[in-house]
Amino acid sequence: MVKDQEFLKSKASYCLDLAKKMGATDASVTVGHSISETVNFRNKSLEASDRSDGLALSIETYLGKRRSSISSSNLLDENIKTLIEKCFETTKITPEDEFNSLPDKNLLAEQISSLDLYDETRFENDKKIKYLKDLEEAASSDKQIINTESSFTENKSNFILANSDGFCDGYKTSSFTTSCVTVAKDENSMERDYEFSSKRHLSDIKQASDLGNKAAEQTIRKLSPNKIGSEKINIVFDKRISKGMLSVFASAISASAISRGTSFLKDKIDQQVFANSINVIDKPDIIKGMGSQNFDSEGVNSNTLQLIENGILKNYLVDTYNGKKLNLQSNGRSGGTTNLYFENGNISYEDLLKKNSKSLYITETIGHGSNLVTGDYSVGATGFLVEDGEFKYPVNEITIAGNFKDMFKNITLANDLEFEYSINSPTMMIEGMTVAGK
Amino acid sequence: MSNFFNKSDLTRQDADKLVSETLNNCDDGELYLEESKSESILLDDNKIKSSNYSSDLGFGFRAISNEVVAYSYSNEISKDSLKSSSENLKSTLKSIKGTYNHEIPKSNKKFYEDINPIEQKSLDSKLEVLNKVNDFLRKKDLSVKQVTASFAGEQKSIEIIRSGGEALTDVRPLIRFNVSVMLEKNGRKETGVYGIGGRQSYDDYLKNDNWKNVCEEAFRIASVNLESKPAPAGEMKVVLGPGWPAILIHEAIGHGLEGDFNRKKTSAFHDLMGEKVASEGVTIVDDGTIDNRRGSLTIDDEGTPTERTVLIENGILKNFMQDRHNARLMNTRSTGSGRRENYRHIVLPRMRNTMMLSGNQTQDEMIKSVDKGIFAVSFGGGQVDITSGKFVFNCTEAYEINNGKIGSPIKGATLIGDGPSILKEVSMVGNDMMLDPGIGTCGKAGQGVPVGVAQPSILIDKMTVGGTKL
Repeated sequence: MVKDQEFLKSKASYCLDLAKKMGATDASVTVGHSISETVNFRNKSLEASDRSDGLALSIETYLGKRRSSISSSNLLDENIKTLIEKCFETTKITPEDEFNSLPDKNLLAEQISSLDLYDETRFENDKKIKYLKDLEEAASSDKQIINTESSFTENKSNFILANSDGFCDGYKTSSFTTSCVTVAKDENSMERDYEFSSKRHLSDIKQASDLGNKAAEQTIRKLSPNKIGSEKINIVFDKRISKGMLSVFASAISASAISRGTSFLKDKIDQQVFANSINVIDKPDIIKGMGSQNFDSEGVNSNTLQLIENGILKNYLVDTYNGKKLNLQSNGRSGGTTNLYFENGNISYEDLLKKNSKSLYITETIGHGSNLVTGDYSVGATGFLVEDGEFKYPVNEITIAGNFKDMFKNITLANDLEFEYSINSPTMMIEGMTVAGK
Repeated sequence: MSNFFNKSDLTRQDADKLVSETLNNCDDGELYLEESKSESILLDDNKIKSSNYSSDLGFGFRAISNEVVAYSYSNEISKDSLKSSSENLKSTLKSIKGTYNHEIPKSNKKFYEDINPIEQKSLDSKLEVLNKVNDFLRKKDLSVKQVTASFAGEQKSIEIIRSGGEALTDVRPLIRFNVSVMLEKNGRKETGVYGIGGRQSYDDYLKNDNWKNVCEEAFRIASVNLESKPAPAGEMKVVLGPGWPAILIHEAIGHGLEGDFNRKKTSAFHDLMGEKVASEGVTIVDDGTIDNRRGSLTIDDEGTPTERTVLIENGILKNFMQDRHNARLMNTRSTGSGRRENYRHIVLPRMRNTMMLSGNQTQDEMIKSVDKGIFAVSFGGGQVDITSGKFVFNCTEAYEINNGKIGSPIKGATLIGDGPSILKEVSMVGNDMMLDPGIGTCGKAGQGVPVGVAQPSILIDKMTVGGTKL
């Protein structure tokens, strides 16, 4: 069983009291406990089981404007005492930083409402085994599939965040995650692809056979790929890639990147950064949402933010420290975005594919080719050549490149948004990118 | 050395007994105990932004029978906690019986000292170095707009208890010092990053004001990039510089030669043992035994002494990298490549220091032989799809080559290639093998472990460069 609120609260207040007693002017502490159980399958038989049970503690102590932090997994009182002593000794010799402080009291979350983020259902390992058997049975039904690997993880977590201004709150969350990776082979190539599902509640997890079938289908269609020539082309990003554009955007508008001057979106508030049909929203209070939260990692209340309105940048993601530096109030985004999404566009998926006589449909990218300082983008990619809305043949060993500043302004979105993960996007088309191939 | 039992109700005898009892009917397994102490100190934006210390203690209990691995970890070292892990393992493996393999090779060689680098240098003197870095770079040139510098240090103590009570221990120091600088000139911004590190004390790396060299290198890379032009797009010849660009070898070849992917036949290399996979003159080894290197280990995380494993010899595929589990299932021996990020993770076969050995040509000859291509000097990260064999890496410093001469610097571009065929495209191997500066972290299945790479300059006849200029 995951430790209850009372246990975590008692550890948190022990830490705060001790820090105060040693002379800390302020302190904040997070105590968490998490239990995970994973079962792994390969080629329709059990491969591994994995159980993890972990406590985690992190403390920040302040002496005026000086601050330092420690973290540990050892929650014995004696160990906590040694660590807080060490932390406070370090604080004393760390230079002052005028922007260091706990969050403003009036911004702290007061009443927290249930977002239904915890499902207490226990899915015993035997049931996970049954699920994975069904999944792999479906995944391996085509004889071109030569290897299947799948897993099911059940996680239950609880945490308490407390600070010396009297904030003390936390809540339980759960997640159920299942994934399937399949390998297919024909006379020309061997290819791998995957499918997964992750939910707060067990009952929302996809059907085992649907997941297995989808993984297999996505892998088989990649067999016998071609390389294409180097050219300018319109690119359609599958939903699992288009949501990555939002992750880049979120990193580029974090108050930390803005205050350090290391973002290509610095000083762009109230300016056009996306095509004018684009709206981007970050919504923390979606019921059962994978990214939902009652408050951010500093205890600050987080409300829905419209980040992009008709293509115009309206808000940065602001935490306390960088907010003070930029003279902005925290908007409860210490720790980043919550449930981030593009609003639907007004064209169907089918029409998006037909919009150009020829386009490249990307289903996977590899490499870390996003430069947040310059906005330059260059990654390895695999996908399909699409002509007149029809998938013609698989393509691999190519790269796609551009610059986000231009790419963002050339986005067209389909109207097929679904809320599956903490970041969600409809299918996306970007015109005029460069493909490097033969 | 940590004593894992002095603060617990669990005695050494209890642990031995429970380990033997749990693993009795299994093929392999162990109790892995780990204590780590780590620090990170960061200077950013003219200030000491954070100083964090963390301590972690826990165990991972593993039982293996046939192909099934059962694993359970906890950060509470106690009788109850170990018992419940034992129950958990037994219930997973209840219907599968094995015969425990007690054999584990021994060696008394050590590749680094039992030191705690965090305690060996005072916090004050670390802060002083970071502030000096900041002042030095900001005074150096008006175009310097941002400086980030950091120290990361760690001491990890492990103990492996096997069935029958055999125990193996190791104490592993690790440090890293990193500088990143952003320049702005004529409205353009570019970053340069450089770092050094390994399994010695901070001062072994910082003596003779060596921090200045790190700053100069980061500044030089950023300056070069300020002048960079859009990179070309398409297939062309690529000359790789010596040292860190060997992450190409790591991504293109290394991962595909890890035992697990080959046992499962998901690697593009699984049916190529004994075959020619590279040009003649290409020899690649994975070596855990180089003194004080970031990827070196005295013993791996299963207790096997590490070694120098020849992967490819003169173009022929000779060995895969193995941990005990995959080695047993493939009827071979462990190469001392069983690694894990920490006690929370299962062991996987992983790389240590992966190196292509020197040939006898010069970098000059390579450049002169290229009509149109690029010269890549430094890289950011890379990634591979081991099944299709396609891999990428990102240039952080590269130049055009035109008619045998190095031309303008080009913007960061991704290079993409095909692992099983790329080494056949190597047409020249340089005489200038160099180790990387000690900065690599390899990710696999969500676990990061420190690794090293090395190579001489090489000429690759055909690779796709992912620029924007057609």
